[in-house]
Amino acid sequence: MTSKYRLSSGGQINRSESISFKFNGKTFYGYKGDTLASALLANGIHLVGRSFKYHRPRGILTSGVEEPNALVQIIKDKGKTDPNLRATQIEIYEGLNATSQNSWPSVNFDLGSINNLFSPIIPAGFYYKTFMWPASLWKNVYEYFIRKAAGLGKSPTKKDPDIYDHCYYHCEVLIVGAGPAGLVAAKTALKAGKKVLLVDERPNFGGNLNFSNKDYNKINELDPLEWIKKTCLELQKNKNIKLLSRTSVAAYHNYNYLIMMQNLTDHLPDKDKKEKIRQRLWKVRAKKVILATGSIERPMIFDCNDRPGIMLSSAVRKYANTYGVKCGNNISIFTNNDDAYETAITLHNKGVKVKSVIDIREKSDGTLTNKCRELGIKIYWKSAVIYTEGYKKITKIHVMRLSKDNTNVVGNKLKIDCDLLCVSGGYTPAVHLFTQSGGKLDYNEKKHYFFPKKNTLSQISVGSCNGTFGLKKIILEAQEKTREFLSISETEQFNVLEPEGGVFENIWLIPSNKISGKTKSFVDYQNDSTANDIKLALREGFKSIEHVKRYTTTGMATDQGKIANMHALGIVSEITNTKLGELGTTTFRPPYSPITFGALVGRNVGQFFDITRKTPIHDWHEKNNAKFEDVGQWKRAWYYPKDKENMYDAVQRESKAARECAGILDASTLGKIDIQGRDASEFLNRVYTNAWSKLAIGKCRYGLMLNEDGMVYDDGVTTRLSENHYVMTTTTGGAATVMGKLEDFLQTEWPELKVYLTTVTDHFATVSVCGPHSKKILEKVTQNIDYSDTSFPHMSFTNGLIDKIKCRVMRISFTGELSYEINVQANYGQSVWEKCMAAGKEFGITPYGTEAMHLLRAEKGFIIVGQETDGTVTPVDLQMDWIVSKKKYDFIGKRSLYRSDTMREDRKQYVGLLTNDPKEILEEGAQIVAEVKNKPPMNMIGHVTSSYYSPNLKKSIALAVVKNGKKLKGKKLYVPMQNKTIEVIVSDTIFLDKEGKRLNA
Amino acid sequence: MFIIKCPYCGERDHSEFSYGGEAHLVRPKQPTELSDDQWAEYLFMRKNIKGLQYERWNHSHGCRRWFNAARDTSNDKIHSVYKIGEKPNK
Ligand SMILES: [Zn+2]
Repeated sequence: MTSKYRLSSGGQINRSESISFKFNGKTFYGYKGDTLASALLANGIHLVGRSFKYHRPRGILTSGVEEPNALVQIIKDKGKTDPNLRATQIEIYEGLNATSQNSWPSVNFDLGSINNLFSPIIPAGFYYKTFMWPASLWKNVYEYFIRKAAGLGKSPTKKDPDIYDHCYYHCEVLIVGAGPAGLVAAKTALKAGKKVLLVDERPNFGGNLNFSNKDYNKINELDPLEWIKKTCLELQKNKNIKLLSRTSVAAYHNYNYLIMMQNLTDHLPDKDKKEKIRQRLWKVRAKKVILATGSIERPMIFDCNDRPGIMLSSAVRKYANTYGVKCGNNISIFTNNDDAYETAITLHNKGVKVKSVIDIREKSDGTLTNKCRELGIKIYWKSAVIYTEGYKKITKIHVMRLSKDNTNVVGNKLKIDCDLLCVSGGYTPAVHLFTQSGGKLDYNEKKHYFFPKKNTLSQISVGSCNGTFGLKKIILEAQEKTREFLSISETEQFNVLEPEGGVFENIWLIPSNKISGKTKSFVDYQNDSTANDIKLALREGFKSIEHVKRYTTTGMATDQGKIANMHALGIVSEITNTKLGELGTTTFRPPYSPITFGALVGRNVGQFFDITRKTPIHDWHEKNNAKFEDVGQWKRAWYYPKDKENMYDAVQRESKAARECAGILDASTLGKIDIQGRDASEFLNRVYTNAWSKLAIGKCRYGLMLNEDGMVYDDGVTTRLSENHYVMTTTTGGAATVMGKLEDFLQTEWPELKVYLTTVTDHFATVSVCGPHSKKILEKVTQNIDYSDTSFPHMSFTNGLIDKIKCRVMRISFTGELSYEINVQANYGQSVWEKCMAAGKEFGITPYGTEAMHLLRAEKGFIIVGQETDGTVTPVDLQMDWIVSKKKYDFIGKRSLYRSDTMREDRKQYVGLLTNDPKEILEEGAQIVAEVKNKPPMNMIGHVTSSYYSPNLKKSIALAVVKNGKKLKGKKLYVPMQNKTIEVIVSDTIFLDKEGKRLNA
Repeated sequence: MFIIKCPYCGERDHSEFSYGGEAHLVRPKQPTELSDDQWAEYLFMRKNIKGLQYERWNHSHGCRRWFNAARDTSNDKIHSVYKIGEKPNK
């Protein structure tokens, strides 16, 4: 099943294991060890997608993580798919089904390429300039067009069935990259007995050395592959090292904290993937980090440099040496350095015709150039490729001589036939992780690259990511720097054979014989931005490289400018006549290469996504058909529908029963803080607005807590259990933050106070029984409590017994009814609840949920922090002046109540609203106006905070905050809704039992 | 991403801590005697330094104690940690 472009021998593929896969619906064959890209190339397929903006045909450019064109979507089961994967990294397996992602309706016939014909109208900033107005076109025209044309992959529609994992890891030395530099660093580090972690994103260690020409590269007399194998075996035997392949470092954070994603099963046949962890996210803390991330080859920027069949020279060499694939039959090479000649020789030796090398340099005397000359390969010195022909595949290159200063082309145009053009613009150190970690770069003006300068972390860069090139130098540097970094005295002798190299020369933008503006020299392949786009951006006044990047979108695609960045910077620097070192680079942000959501989330899915807190009485609520409401992490019983009741009916029934017979509520979620110590009373004086010193033992008091800015923060009832012992209740949602705030003040502002705080929220279950029959029910349930108003008045507390269980009973009320709260040790909660239900049966006791509770308290005008307040409301705004002590010298937030802004008369103030039509229920959140206009905008003076139909008053009631509300009582205001305007009258906030008689009913 | 050395517990991952803003702001003893401007200075104004900043941290998922740290905000390096009421080591 040998494919047309498979060489007869060679490569690290397993030729005895043939694998079938699908690409764009068609079946192909490759070998075990192939990537999707190498297998496609072996089948002669270069065209793999369409470009983002112009939908130009695009082919495979590279052989690794930097690939900008060959983005594919992997189709799994229905609704399950992985977008945005690079064909150059996907290892093929039996059953692989991939499609081009950036083409519509197909790679070969692409409607979007009509954009190409109109390309002058899609210059830099096109999106900013065009899709601005009218806004109405956004929804149906622009968005549709952009989404359809953009083609950045499809997201899966079904839940991800795969298993993902997280792993924390600590090591002394982390080495990123297992090329020659990383391998030597690892060998060296192990000499010091360090615990080492060595990771590489590729399936095999060895890096680019894997496809170096063995005639010209040797280490200790060994061929590259032999040396890699020997070194890896040596490492594997050492217990102090952990080796991870297929593991890509996504992020390098401060304090040597790195996030890596390991691919465990993506390369396996579907049947072997089952039940296994697909990817593991490693969270690594390393004492020391050695970056050996290598370098990325740059293309050349010339007119029509984006045709399928134009590939990086090193990639072509890798496809030949590692996969036994020839990428073409008739090859030309365009270069500015000696490395491309190694590709020429490699191909020639494998019997592939290398027709010409076009070199921008005057000459080179390196080993490899001389060898090419010897082999009779035609070299065009001081020349450049200025244009290419072909549509879905390159067919010809146009070559001209460069002028002396390289700014122009001169002489006759030569046309050369070819089916593959290798380009090599030199190598750029992969400094992404270095800069992510906070490192600063320096620019080498001679060699034209950025390299690591300084970093405050315990970290070094070795090898080509440090700007060190040439196998010998790389290996020696890796050993020397590692020895110094880890204080190792031992050294190892390395005899390295490498080709003697010529000098590298650089032209950022190859000149053209066409007039400026007529060329399409692509800088960023994935985002389709050209050199002309960059020029336009500069003409339009964008100077900062960060602005040029955003305006042209250069370097903003999923490859994050791995290919595009350097040329973009180079072109800007040339045009603006700024030194590249001064221009600086754009920011490299994590992740280095895309990472799945699955890996990020790990096992924290479904019920493990967040904690669910349930009260001790939860099971009873569930059994009795409660609907639940989420309050923070708590599940609270919301209402208990009977038969076919809807929410409204259930709440009406529950609310009526609570006032007419008896209601029972699970109040266990309220925050409870136990406060003890010599200065407990003084402490409460300072944190609440009202006075606490004179509260008698056994009494309860409602307190309002402010922030230092004077705004209401929390409220609740606090009970004095003994001289120096209180129990404070907080709102359900505020429990943790109130505790935190109180601790903060105790520890940092008032360390002299002897006060101890303990969270006891979960220690107690709280059963609240209210209504005219509540006293009779409590009398039946508890044993030794005298419920007479004299011995147990409103706002007091007593200890009691229920059977043998100790309980605290508070007579406090949030509904305005006679009401008791029983607090028992949490595990007795449900039995006490059931006792109350049984005792209350004869009185018609009715469980009510949070919604009825809200309604009942609204009838009484009691606020709910977070509903009537939103962090901008003072107690004075709430007309609660009565709770703000004038006598106390200080409390948290006091001074702020006298600021000019908090004393403003026209602040939004708390009021009641009544509708003309008693059946009309306002919408919570609805805006209130004093003056109605035909259409918006209208001057909004407030909003509805709570609104209900009161079954006890038989009319709708609402609470609101309204500007200057205190003075508007009796005035008519309006609530404009979408299709009507509702008239309201400002009223008192207490709608029911203003005198509070029911508390003692 | 930091590692913070709690003065009570030792080195821990930053995810155990919560940030408490600028340190050494002393709550005025007599707020009522301050002008609006003076009170606003205490209540709202913060230095937000680029460079060495003294700040409050709480070991909220550990010992729950507050302490101070001297952190260089330009590179997040923590130069020293010290207990409430103590002075930073220079
Ligand atoms: Zn601690």
